[in-house]
Amino acid sequence: MRPVFPFSAIVGQDEMKLALLLVAIDPTIGGVMVFGDRGTGKSTAVRALAGLLPTMRVVAGCRYGCDPHANGAGCDDCRSRVAQGETLRAVAASVPVVDLPLGATEDRLVGALDLEKALTTGEKAFEPGLLARAHRGFLYVDEVNLLEDHLVDLLLDAAATGENVVEREGVSVRHPARFVLVGSGNPEEGELRPQLLDRFGLAVDVRTPTVIATRIEVIKRRDAFDRDPTTFLAHWGKQDAKIRRALDKARGRVETLEVGDEVLERAATLCALLGTDGLRGELTLLRTSRAFAAYESDKTVTLEHLRRIAPMALRHRLRRNVLDDAGSTTRVERAIAELWGDVPATA
Amino acid sequence: MHTAGDQIAPDAPLVAALLAIDPRGLGGVMLDHPMHEQARAFTDAVQRFLADGAPIRRVPIGVSADRLIGGVDLAATLHSGRLVSERGVLAAADGGVVVLPMCERATVSVRTTLCEVLDSGTLQVARDGIGITHDARVLAVLLDESVEDEVVHPALVDRVAFRLPLRDAIETADLATLQAAVHHARVTLADVVLDDRWMVALCETASAFGVDSLRVPLMAVRCARAHAALAGRATVEQEDAEVAARLVITPRATRLPQLHEAPPPEPPPQEAEEQSAPESDTTPPEMQQPPEEQSTPESEPPESERPEQEEQESQQPLPSDAELLRAAVASALPPGLLEQLMARATSGTVQGRVGAEEQSMLRGRPRGARSGLPRGGARLHLLETLRAAAPWQRVRHRDAATPMHAMPRAPRVAIRREDFRIRRFVERTGTTVIFLVDASGSSALQRLAEAKGAIELLLAESYARRDRVCLIAFRGAGTEVLLPPTRALARAKKVLAALPGGGGTPVAAALDKATQQALSVRRDGSVPLVVVLSDGRANIARDGSPGRPAAQRDALSAAAAFGQFGVSALFVDTSTRGEPLARGLAEAMRARYVLLPYADAKALGGLVKTAMQMADAP
Repeated sequence: MRPVFPFSAIVGQDEMKLALLLVAIDPTIGGVMVFGDRGTGKSTAVRALAGLLPTMRVVAGCRYGCDPHANGAGCDDCRSRVAQGETLRAVAASVPVVDLPLGATEDRLVGALDLEKALTTGEKAFEPGLLARAHRGFLYVDEVNLLEDHLVDLLLDAAATGENVVEREGVSVRHPARFVLVGSGNPEEGELRPQLLDRFGLAVDVRTPTVIATRIEVIKRRDAFDRDPTTFLAHWGKQDAKIRRALDKARGRVETLEVGDEVLERAATLCALLGTDGLRGELTLLRTSRAFAAYESDKTVTLEHLRRIAPMALRHRLRRNVLDDAGSTTRVERAIAELWGDVPATA
Repeated sequence: MHTAGDQIAPDAPLVAALLAIDPRGLGGVMLDHPMHEQARAFTDAVQRFLADGAPIRRVPIGVSADRLIGGVDLAATLHSGRLVSERGVLAAADGGVVVLPMCERATVSVRTTLCEVLDSGTLQVARDGIGITHDARVLAVLLDESVEDEVVHPALVDRVAFRLPLRDAIETADLATLQAAVHHARVTLADVVLDDRWMVALCETASAFGVDSLRVPLMAVRCARAHAALAGRATVEQEDAEVAARLVITPRATRLPQLHEAPPPEPPPQEAEEQSAPESDTTPPEMQQPPEEQSTPESEPPESERPEQEEQESQQPLPSDAELLRAAVASALPPGLLEQLMARATSGTVQGRVGAEEQSMLRGRPRGARSGLPRGGARLHLLETLRAAAPWQRVRHRDAATPMHAMPRAPRVAIRREDFRIRRFVERTGTTVIFLVDASGSSALQRLAEAKGAIELLLAESYARRDRVCLIAFRGAGTEVLLPPTRALARAKKVLAALPGGGGTPVAAALDKATQQALSVRRDGSVPLVVVLSDGRANIARDGSPGRPAAQRDALSAAAAFGQFGVSALFVDTSTRGEPLARGLAEAMRARYVLLPYADAKALGGLVKTAMQMADAP
């Protein structure tokens, strides 16, 4: 396997890194869309995340990697084994980070009739696709704005229901497919369908660093990694391990954190002020602030947590306003400054 | 500063050598409008340096996804009864060179796949039942054959280190001299030391020339190392950094750096440029630095610059490495660069035509099955395939001569090539209705509300037909594309509801924008229909200044320009009694003129529907 650039060695891009960690802490936040310039390390960050994630427990021998403690939410196979009174044996497995290449065909995404078996034995068997492989992990689509419409539809459907239903070529299969969708793309090269954009919990903008010292540091680290990955990984391994531990702890803690009324109200006010539609914005704000508080090892979710994560949770949910030329990030920041007032906001 | 005499070889063989020394680090090269023989000679040179017999694969312009990426080898699969995968062009080129002719027309799938391959050195196949990752460590030779408004996609340009004009033939003698050095350099590359100051200098040089992408300085660093290895050095020196800056960074310059204050070394380079001007007249419009031996034939210009640099050094005790590099590189810049940079800055880079649309086998409404092989993304219609095979089963199983019986286990169903059925889809290009809405003060607010209602109805209609809509509003000094061509009704509605009214009426600017949008829609393979909702009372001229006479003159000329392209259009006059100005504009646009005093939503809907059908008809 090729060595993966360590997550902690990525220079800057703090918002992108934070967003990826937060959805790893609470997958129900619902995915990250990374908008950005070329060569800003979008793909690098996602692949680096794969090297960072703690292992998970899966049912031994389950082709979908079901959670041994998923009561009734596992695949048909696991469910029937439980129903028969079997105790499922658990083994450790790494969290999948699956790439969906743009050239993929539908059959490989959702899974299809196993052609080989069909041809050799005439047997009707299901061959799981990328959605099955991404279950309980991450599905990464680079240049997601260029993905063909029919694949986007399939993705949306699976992301919305958490399961993959296949009815094609005589196969009829249903299996769980809960994954965190991570997309990246350059908005100049084609806009994202609004339905798809809406599906992402968080959206971050990455820019090419302009500060020369930062640029030099990026080049230095990349060059050092390319020339001697082993030494480089050994050097950054400790930092990565630290993040991994923080991630693990935050996951254990996130469920226990309660979000107080003050934060709930502020989130609602913020959404109202920005005119975002529906409940999705508020829900994302709550879950993301909670995950952030957990990551920061804080006991309570505060307004400050909310303030910090609000731009990434809301910037892709604003309606466009002809009167207001400002970018969506600026608008969110302005609204924050207005509501928080006392806190020194970066407006 | 080095002169032509110091250079290891002319640019073309040099680049070929550098690529072979660090193929994964440098990615490849974009050849600027090469002649066929030149491109071929260059690719052969790279191959020769890489290794004898290193594969060269050409990606033809209309390559299908299964040939590019790979997929099922159907013949072998049917013959053997097992699923046999077939490697595509990119995987087959592993360890060698991929040539992409007409790279400016690369389709989305070719471009994104090649980018993935150049980034990772592997190719992930996820198609037609095949899930496998191949090694694909390739060098890309992109042939830029763009004309007019075509632009090579920046993502491709960003992944190859070099851009080369290729004006002279490649001398075999040059290659022969380099050969041994290249082989040696491939071994020593890993040990070449590059001092941090060169890394800093190359990063600063890239920034000074306005090159944003971080891939560029990184490739320049690698180029400097490869060059040092080629020169037999264990450490990168100024000369290596200069070559890297000249070959990797300057061809991407978007602005000229601010060279060191006081006497800027501008006059000398200009002299140099004048000297090489006669030859450089043949320089293609793309900015390219002339090969070194050309710009410094008598090594005079560098000499004239040398004292100045020394002078600089004496004034400024320690000019940074980056400044030295910048000065060196700037002197190698071709004449007329600045103007080209200006032109580029104003025209924008991604404005041009990037890539081509591709036909899909999967879009549109399904419509039964037809005979054909399930490849190239076409979906197998299994039921129909089995149906086709069914009547022949007894015959086939009885026939001893058929290869089916030669298989280890005879399949239960004997399917042959001719049995395959694939799904059929009806693809329609569809119409893109471009609404040009006058939101100015002259179209009273009441009018605007009515127009909004009408448009909403139309939107619903377009949505049902899977047509696309595009919304452009104009008011005050500005024209804004509120909604680029889309099918998302909800979004269009939202945008429309938020549309405020008031301000001047910049008709000319609005019509210009509509023309531009219509042509871009047409390029995408869709049929444009422009619907203007306005009273035509222009009062803002093209240059943004108020005043009726100029504004109306500009509006008419913009309308006439629109009329030339033969785009179907409908001009809905929203004034109460009919406005001669609006009628005049409609005539100039060759648009159908309709007076709709109350912009009755239903009536308008009907009109646009008819216009759409007319636009759709060939």
